[in-house]
Amino acid sequence: MSECSDCHACGSTASHPPLPLRTLVEFPVRATAPKAVALIGPPNSGKTTLFNRLTGLRQKVANFPGVTVEQHTGMAELADGRVLQIIDLPGVYSLSPRSEDEQIAHDVLTGQRADTPQPEAILLVLDSTNLGRHLMLAAPILALGVPTLIVLNMADDLRKRGGRIDLAALSKELGAPVALINARQGEGIEQVTDFLAGVMPKPSPKELPILQDVPKCRAWAGRVSGQAAYRPPIAPQWTRRLDAVFLHPVLGPLVFLCVVVAVFQTIFSIADPSKDAVDWLIRVSGNWVASVLPAGLWKSLLVDGVWKGVGSVIVFLPQVLLLFLFIGILEDSGYLARAALIADRTMAKVGLQGKSFIPLLSAYACAVPAIMSTRTIENKRDRFATILIAPFMTCSARLPVYSLIIAAFIPDRHVLGRLLSQRTAAMLGLYILGFVAAVVTARLLKSSILKSGRSPFLLEMPSYRWPTWQSIGLRLYDRTKVFLRRAGTVILLVTVLLWVTMNIPYVHGKPPVLEDSLAGTIGRTIEPAIKPLGFNWKVGIGLLTAVAARETIIATLGTIYGMDPKTQNEGLQKAIHDDLTPGGAFALLVFFAFAMQCISTIAVVRRETGGWKWPAAQFGYMSALAYAGALVAAHVIR
Amino acid sequence: MQLSVNKIQPEALAATLMDLRRGDAAILDRIDLPGDDARRLMEMGFLPGTRVTAGRSAPGGDPQVFQVDGSEVALRRETARRLKVRLEKKKTPRA
Repeated sequence: MSECSDCHACGSTASHPPLPLRTLVEFPVRATAPKAVALIGPPNSGKTTLFNRLTGLRQKVANFPGVTVEQHTGMAELADGRVLQIIDLPGVYSLSPRSEDEQIAHDVLTGQRADTPQPEAILLVLDSTNLGRHLMLAAPILALGVPTLIVLNMADDLRKRGGRIDLAALSKELGAPVALINARQGEGIEQVTDFLAGVMPKPSPKELPILQDVPKCRAWAGRVSGQAAYRPPIAPQWTRRLDAVFLHPVLGPLVFLCVVVAVFQTIFSIADPSKDAVDWLIRVSGNWVASVLPAGLWKSLLVDGVWKGVGSVIVFLPQVLLLFLFIGILEDSGYLARAALIADRTMAKVGLQGKSFIPLLSAYACAVPAIMSTRTIENKRDRFATILIAPFMTCSARLPVYSLIIAAFIPDRHVLGRLLSQRTAAMLGLYILGFVAAVVTARLLKSSILKSGRSPFLLEMPSYRWPTWQSIGLRLYDRTKVFLRRAGTVILLVTVLLWVTMNIPYVHGKPPVLEDSLAGTIGRTIEPAIKPLGFNWKVGIGLLTAVAARETIIATLGTIYGMDPKTQNEGLQKAIHDDLTPGGAFALLVFFAFAMQCISTIAVVRRETGGWKWPAAQFGYMSALAYAGALVAAHVIR
Repeated sequence: MQLSVNKIQPEALAATLMDLRRGDAAILDRIDLPGDDARRLMEMGFLPGTRVTAGRSAPGGDPQVFQVDGSEVALRRETARRLKVRLEKKKTPRA
């Protein structure tokens, strides 16, 4: 941006001789609000709370192209009805571009990103209870010369805990307006909107430190807050008291275990009924659509392709929402950092860190929300490693497949007295198999391409706070939109493609039977490749359709066996039992344990890693592992 | 850093954040980590000359929380032992 783009007061003085009239006008009323305003602040400064306050539901989430940093933008309306764009930048401690987050923040603020308008003003959000350290970020921000409002957040905490600050003095030191607000309760927000509506002067700080020198920056921040008679509040008593329990050597792990079990249990116990309910809704609405539309190609495409395809994504929505509700509460309350602390040592054994624990745990329900929730891991390599191993966790979509095959091949007998049935033991074995694959893969990744180097593990312990419904509600709304839009588009495309392969070529003007369709042909073409695993072409088609979603294989096999006169009258379980050898069945189980058969997951990995490179590698690796594992399995049991 | 000026006991010389028990406070002397990592720690408040107090920890003592410059930051042992300190005083841990 040029020195003065739309401020008439200082307008063209630099390049043209000043017009006499203009010099008289000191502070003209702005004709237009700034087009874009950036929100920036350190992590845990309540920056996102302010963003939510200002923009409400008028938010958009996208990925900055080429990187994995999320771009949150929203529209804020000023009192006079003018609307401006707010860009919520990632939480950073400095602007020196070392991490991806800092790079993005730096580039957006300096107008170096073509995809984001350069902000005409900055809202710098700092935690007023920890001003000494947070003020350090003010130095590089004020040095940008962009009109800046210093927003001191958490005014309620500052007051309650006996802190104090002279705002006028601070404003004078920094040469920029200062507002003391409480974004959670909306107290003082009007100071922010007033600033945005008014004439925003460029900052004129009394002095700035050398930005590269952290000790000098800290000393400067100390001096400035000293000039402003800043008295830091006393340590938060409730946080100390709660930590005495949550980080207690014995009680801490117990509470942790309870939280983990509660999350896991709820996701599982609520996931299935809610999945069934959504499933039912989709089926009923699909039937209704089917009854309204005239029979034919379009009806089939719409009902079998689009409806079922999109439906297969939407069934995950309750799980996604539930998990994000939990994570939202855990994160906003401050407990997530404690949970990460407790889990860190265990996770470090496989080269990961504490923050990977909750995402991996939730991957047992579904890898899709799990991968979306890896956003809480700041370290990019750890985040990617977590994303890459999450699909190995036995998700709920594998369960029906496992149940069917186990029921078909393993007799319902007890081992270890009456403690464990053989079927349960088999199921448990498959869970362990997936877990072992995840651990081995994590070790491989973390000792090779995703090696963390010696970058130290730092985990800030925020003070405990009550989560607000507004913040959690907005987060759920956000995630729903992201999930439906991004995963939905890819799913739609692939399910339509799958539908096409199952419905061409036409025979006598009618869709072919599955066996003669393109999918059937492909199934038979790949038969030689899957024969060593003990699979025939029917299972081959099942595996192809299972690429969309694992449990699809059940429906597909149901259709295929249902059309075969020999197996027509048998139940699916019996048909599978007759069609597969025990070795083939074992191989199929192992294949499902390892393979990445889930378009939703692939789509989400693509989104979260910012490209096709990682999901492609992951798909390749998991498929190879699945094939090799199934090959071994098929030869172990004959 | 010159250490030979005062007759400091060998134990004090070797003291790192890792040696602190809960409630112990010490003055941070220097960070034995590469530039960028040290910078990151400094931005979190771990500046030479700053008072650091050891707090609670995960079971087994690793990672441990440290109170520094108005915030609480957890560090793993492997990092904590790279932060050299001058011991200040010993306090009995509060309940």
